[in-house]
Amino acid sequence: MNFDFSDDQKQLRDQARKFLAEKCSPKAVRVVLDGKAPYDKELWKGLAEMGFLGVAIPEEFGGAGAGHLELCVIAEEMGRANAPVPFSSTVYLAAEALLIAGSDAQKKKWLPSIASGEAIGTLALFEGKGNPAPKNVKLTAANGVLNGVKKPVADGAIADFAVVAARTGSSGREADISLFLVDLKAGGVEVKSLTNLDPTRGQAEITFKDAKAEPLGAAGEGWSILTEVLDRAAVLCAFEQVGGADRALEMGRDYALDRIAFGRQIGSFQAVKHMLADMYVSATLARSNSYYGAWALSTNAAELPEAAAAARISATQAFQHCAKNNIQVHGGMGFTWEFDCHMYYRRANAMALGLGSLTYWEDQLIDRMRKKNAA
Amino acid sequence: MNFDDTPQEAAFRETARKWIEANAPKELHGELSKSSLGRIRLANHDIVDVGKAWQKKKFEGNWACLHWPKEYGGRGASPIEKVIWQQEEGVYGKLTQPFQIGEGMCGPTVMAFGSEAAKRRYLPKLASGEEIWCQLFSEPSAGSDVAGLRTRAEKKGDNWVVNGQKIWTSGAHYSDYGLLIARTDPNVPKHKGLTMFFLDMKSPGVEVRPIKQANGMQEFNEVYFTDVVIPDHQRLGAVGDGWNVSLTTLMNERMSIGARLATGVPEMFEFCSSLMLDEGLAIDDPAVRSKLASWAAKSNGLKYTSYRTISALSKGERPGPENSIGKLVSGMMLQDIATYAMDLQGAAGVLTGNDEEAAQGQFQQMLLSSPSMRIAGGTDEILRNIIAERVLGLPGDIRVDKDVPYNKIPTKGR
Repeated sequence: MNFDFSDDQKQLRDQARKFLAEKCSPKAVRVVLDGKAPYDKELWKGLAEMGFLGVAIPEEFGGAGAGHLELCVIAEEMGRANAPVPFSSTVYLAAEALLIAGSDAQKKKWLPSIASGEAIGTLALFEGKGNPAPKNVKLTAANGVLNGVKKPVADGAIADFAVVAARTGSSGREADISLFLVDLKAGGVEVKSLTNLDPTRGQAEITFKDAKAEPLGAAGEGWSILTEVLDRAAVLCAFEQVGGADRALEMGRDYALDRIAFGRQIGSFQAVKHMLADMYVSATLARSNSYYGAWALSTNAAELPEAAAAARISATQAFQHCAKNNIQVHGGMGFTWEFDCHMYYRRANAMALGLGSLTYWEDQLIDRMRKKNAA
Repeated sequence: MNFDDTPQEAAFRETARKWIEANAPKELHGELSKSSLGRIRLANHDIVDVGKAWQKKKFEGNWACLHWPKEYGGRGASPIEKVIWQQEEGVYGKLTQPFQIGEGMCGPTVMAFGSEAAKRRYLPKLASGEEIWCQLFSEPSAGSDVAGLRTRAEKKGDNWVVNGQKIWTSGAHYSDYGLLIARTDPNVPKHKGLTMFFLDMKSPGVEVRPIKQANGMQEFNEVYFTDVVIPDHQRLGAVGDGWNVSLTTLMNERMSIGARLATGVPEMFEFCSSLMLDEGLAIDDPAVRSKLASWAAKSNGLKYTSYRTISALSKGERPGPENSIGKLVSGMMLQDIATYAMDLQGAAGVLTGNDEEAAQGQFQQMLLSSPSMRIAGGTDEILRNIIAERVLGLPGDIRVDKDVPYNKIPTKGR
């Protein structure tokens, strides 16, 4: 058994960490946080040059063709650095949807420009409140055009194209849903930025009025493709969450060592130590679940749906727990705009909702465990 | 990242599997499989008798304490081979319960600090199950603060004379030998005046009294020592070095206790899958699903954390104190699951009979037993201290008694 990343993958992690430490300092993140730029363009360019955007895209489509374990390693570092770029929308959602269901022409059109950093992609799934479910998709597709409103769409205001879930039938079944590719720079698309919890990752409302769209995958198979895309993205996001949780834990630990109160380091008080120990426990459980998810993702194992849901739940809980208690360890200073704690708190709670809420994934895990037990 | 054995590991697994297939007590398989949550229920057998028989057979086949050196009764197997053996031994591993303290804690301590003659005399018989060992550390006024123990050992010629009391000693009533830590010098700070010994549990002056536990069972004992004589050659490590010796034992305790953890999740999943609530099956209820999913994710997280530990072992690395999370997480989870399982039963949840319709009282028993999981082998609080100090590098607590001679430490009722 080797339930660990290889030496090469660990080297890639070190390389990514070093690169992000240089190019994605908290100061750089704050440029986006303070609304001075919609995302960090320089960083995005740098990520492309490092080959990180296309690490899991096959070479024939302009990527590095390395694989998903390599992408997991990079995702963890992106989470650690709280990178203010449309990485998850473009790489985990749009690129994965293209890899699963795209025609050769579609892959040739979009994947090379994703890898090179020229195209930003996203998934337009949600329409207001609610979790991923066929019945929540109201936007319609007919005669090659889309009509309806999607919100929130992560990175929607800066995206060049979107994978859009649309209703193509009214049988009340999953087969009513199909996926489409839409060039957001073409006509019939209106984009409006929305304020949100985490300003380092934009959210938008996109209105489609007779917007031209081409089918992605077969008609009526949208929901099954989407389910697979969400599972794959759940594992990748889990690595970002694990990276963020670890960073929040480190920040709390470092502050507890540094801060003196009552004549001693606050990290010598058991109330503080035990809080940090519990953060370590949730971060460790999340990491282990994510490793299993990474294995399932990289081998296309039948266990992926269950592994992805468990990784998603564990990593969501860990990041929320660590980000929340990191503020607590910092005391009053943790509640200032100046300290970085709130950036992780915002990211943790925004990420907890992005692919569907915790409740949704808990529901999914139980369904999937039952299916396995019944088999 | 893969779950496959190396060719050598696969060959080892095959050999182990074949031997178990040919030798295991299959007549006990059913009952052992049904023994869940750490409780072994055998209708017609005593666990010590059938355990000894299985242990002896393993010893003869060279499978007992297999990670020990051959000259002391082991097989010279690697840590990863030990894990493979445990996986293959499966439910029959439950039969090793009476020997776990000996194999996991006492044996390694004798191995590290005993004389060559002592190792050759005692370790093979421990491995074969012929002689059972227990561990005599905790005292009524020295639990988490075990270095504050009071049991005295005084040197008289070539012997030591022991007086005092130990507590929470699992298996003392059927043990042949015990690993004992005692105070040999009360005039120095508490950690410095301790010495480790082993002794024959049948020695004159040793009295074992069972403790009736909060869950109604009797698994632990008090052990009283009145002028018990221990020859000096049964000392392990230098006089006054007992604390360092005990760290070896306790480190091994954490490793062995974490090895086979019950979380309660499979039992709870099965229970919720069949329990009818007013509105339908429990597992279809959103509140139940949410809790169950969180527990399942935690339980999976523990499983894959142990896989990461096994991988480290497989590469020849030594797992560190991060192993402490296993017992910390599972202990609390068992208690929470038991409470919730009973909540789902409504008023009938109060009934504990084995013939009760809902889950045959197993969660009620789990509720009553689970507090010990959060205390034995390091309380939740001690484990959090270990994680905070040894993993995260936070400072130790201020110790007011650290440099004070033991007999000057303020006490109450001591």
